[in-house]
Amino acid sequence: MSTETEAAPVPAPPAKEPQRGAGLPSWAVQGLVSLSAIVLALLVGAILIIIGDDQVQKAVGYFGAAPMDTLSAALTAVGEAYKSLAVGALGGWTPISESLTQATPLICGGLAVSLAFRTGLFNIGAQGQLIAGAILASYVGFAWHLPPVLHLIVAIVAGLIGGALWGGVVGLLKARTGAHEVIVTIMLNYVAIYLLAWLLTTSTFQRPGRTDPISPIVDSNAQYPKFGDTRLHVGFLVALVAAVFVWWLLNRSTIGFELRAVGANADASRTAGMSVGRAYVIAMVVAGALAGLAGTQQVLGTDLPLTDGVAASVGFDAITVALLGRGTPLGTVLAGLLFGALNAGGLQMQLITQTPLTLTTVLQAVIVLFVAAPALVRSIFRFLPKERGVGAVLAKGWNG
Amino acid sequence: MKKYVRGTAIVGVLTLAVAACGSKPTDSDAGGGANKDFKACMVSDSGGFDDKSFNQTSYKGLQDAVKDKGLTEVKAESKSDNDYPTNMTAMVNAKCNVIVAVGFKLEDATEKAAAANTGIKFAIVDSAPAKPIDNLKPLLFNTAQSSFQAGYLAAAMSKSGKVGTFGGLKIPTVTIFMDGFAEGVRYFNEKKGKNVQVLGWDDAKQAGLFTGDFEDKAKGQNNAQNLITQGADVIFPVAGPSGLGGLQAAKASNGKVNAIWVDTDGCVSAAEYCSVLLSSVQKGMDVAVKDAVVSVVDNKFDNSQFTGTLENGGTSLAPFHEFDSKVPADVKSELDQIKADIISGKITVQSKVQPKAS
Repeated sequence: MSTETEAAPVPAPPAKEPQRGAGLPSWAVQGLVSLSAIVLALLVGAILIIIGDDQVQKAVGYFGAAPMDTLSAALTAVGEAYKSLAVGALGGWTPISESLTQATPLICGGLAVSLAFRTGLFNIGAQGQLIAGAILASYVGFAWHLPPVLHLIVAIVAGLIGGALWGGVVGLLKARTGAHEVIVTIMLNYVAIYLLAWLLTTSTFQRPGRTDPISPIVDSNAQYPKFGDTRLHVGFLVALVAAVFVWWLLNRSTIGFELRAVGANADASRTAGMSVGRAYVIAMVVAGALAGLAGTQQVLGTDLPLTDGVAASVGFDAITVALLGRGTPLGTVLAGLLFGALNAGGLQMQLITQTPLTLTTVLQAVIVLFVAAPALVRSIFRFLPKERGVGAVLAKGWNG
Repeated sequence: MKKYVRGTAIVGVLTLAVAACGSKPTDSDAGGGANKDFKACMVSDSGGFDDKSFNQTSYKGLQDAVKDKGLTEVKAESKSDNDYPTNMTAMVNAKCNVIVAVGFKLEDATEKAAAANTGIKFAIVDSAPAKPIDNLKPLLFNTAQSSFQAGYLAAAMSKSGKVGTFGGLKIPTVTIFMDGFAEGVRYFNEKKGKNVQVLGWDDAKQAGLFTGDFEDKAKGQNNAQNLITQGADVIFPVAGPSGLGGLQAAKASNGKVNAIWVDTDGCVSAAEYCSVLLSSVQKGMDVAVKDAVVSVVDNKFDNSQFTGTLENGGTSLAPFHEFDSKVPADVKSELDQIKADIISGKITVQSKVQPKAS
């Protein structure tokens, strides 16, 4: 360790401190921190790959006799694994389309969490909102029979409504009774999961001829059109539009100003004459609708019928995506793309090098860990300047 | 400076120590099997290959085939339902010769891939397509037959006159065990003029006790405790890893309550509970998967449905292990008789979720 004395107590008042690289705009600083976190995570992942690799373990057995063998085995293991990860995520149109497909619901789910973050709400309930959206969208998709285009639009709207209701309840409870949104959203996740499990045993939802919990596949009229013969669908573009909408809502609209003001300081906003309760309800309705949109992308986009696993872990991954994206729409899109690429690449990596799929989960977790602890990243990469604003808030948490 | 000296010394000593042991092996294990170009592939469902249950058992079948025939193994684990189509496509692109899908959750993805890639052989565990597909072999198991034996055994061994069962999810691959179990108990009652009750499953109403998932051990323990409180002294958990909680509850009773395990021989897969296991209902997924893969290697593949029965050994009652001396000889011979009667058709197992013979 160096002997340089570094006056950097974390909770120090930011204004007085000498700023490293103060000339950089804050988005660049955040980008650098995120990038460093990704590099660090890849290093941690490399260590795990080396430890878990058969060839390396064999070579370590005779390390003394031929130390270079261990080194080359380690380098080969890491190189092969990351190469197949990269190829699986970006190596051609099909892998890229697969990455974008995986990213689509993560972006929408991430936006749902981000928007609530910015209003000072910790929305753990994207999972439940997504399921509520998926249930309604899928029902409209397979039970109704409408002309092309119209059917898709109606199904999407149904999904938006499902999510908005599921989220809106949370906002309403918070605004009216002060019930903490973290607890309510977690509980509503369970309600949604078991509601779905029950619905799939009813004749309304269960696919005829099947006895396991699975619904019919939605009409082709109600499916997002696909790009070529890939799995990528128009839902991806819808997700990008949703991101632009959230950006507009937060940064260009009066409502968005209120949301951000409430998020920054609810008491001050109340004193300034804003309705904090109204802001909470609006934020949760829109957030729920965004998560519901992610639900429509699952059931109307990827050929998936409604099953008990339809939401996978998208609603929870969305939280990490939003964290990595620093609560901004652009950041969320980029983080969603990264996670989508890691998911798609991870499947390819396990196939080629038989590296367990859980490694990508570890990578994602470590990235977020480093992003959430900018001080840690800065102490490793000393050239990084100190950051201010949203990022710092995300590191500290809410209401605190 | 002092630090450096010490550090260098330590590194030096370590190097010597490491150098002293181990020498580089010569490349003798190259070559290997005769069919290295043959790729035998498997896709798990979201339970993963380490589920101590049916993914793991099926995977063992793949490994056995790979070892016997010297094949190349490729496996892909699925983290969620999202991954099934992707993994299936990836296997097709990896030029697999045979692809085994584990579980009915993969039915849609497997049927689609099989229809689109007629050059590749497929097999799927626990699922049969509505219309047969030329290159897709369904592997099904009539575990109601061996569960019938298990029910009889449970009833014969019960002192309280009550036996209990619970499932993971109310799906056919689970309730088939519970149906057979309940029928076996009823058969015992008819034969012996007794009235042993089954708690946790009513096969006429198709209603009973479920944990709601296959992962949560605590729920399994709660359910078993619930049955024990109501008087059951033999527990039959059909809930994968969640059911292990049921074995915990049985073990905690200090010999009052025993259990029967499912899918694999519990005395092997969960040996710590062997002391409370009367027996296990075995579902021979490993054998079925191995045979399916080997049939492709030997160019003897056909798409006919494999149904594991007592007759072909695809399902069976495991050895009694520690209870071997405690199960009365006449019960043992009655169980053998039941097996013979089920095979000959003298006893008809009623369960509606049994796989239809094709």
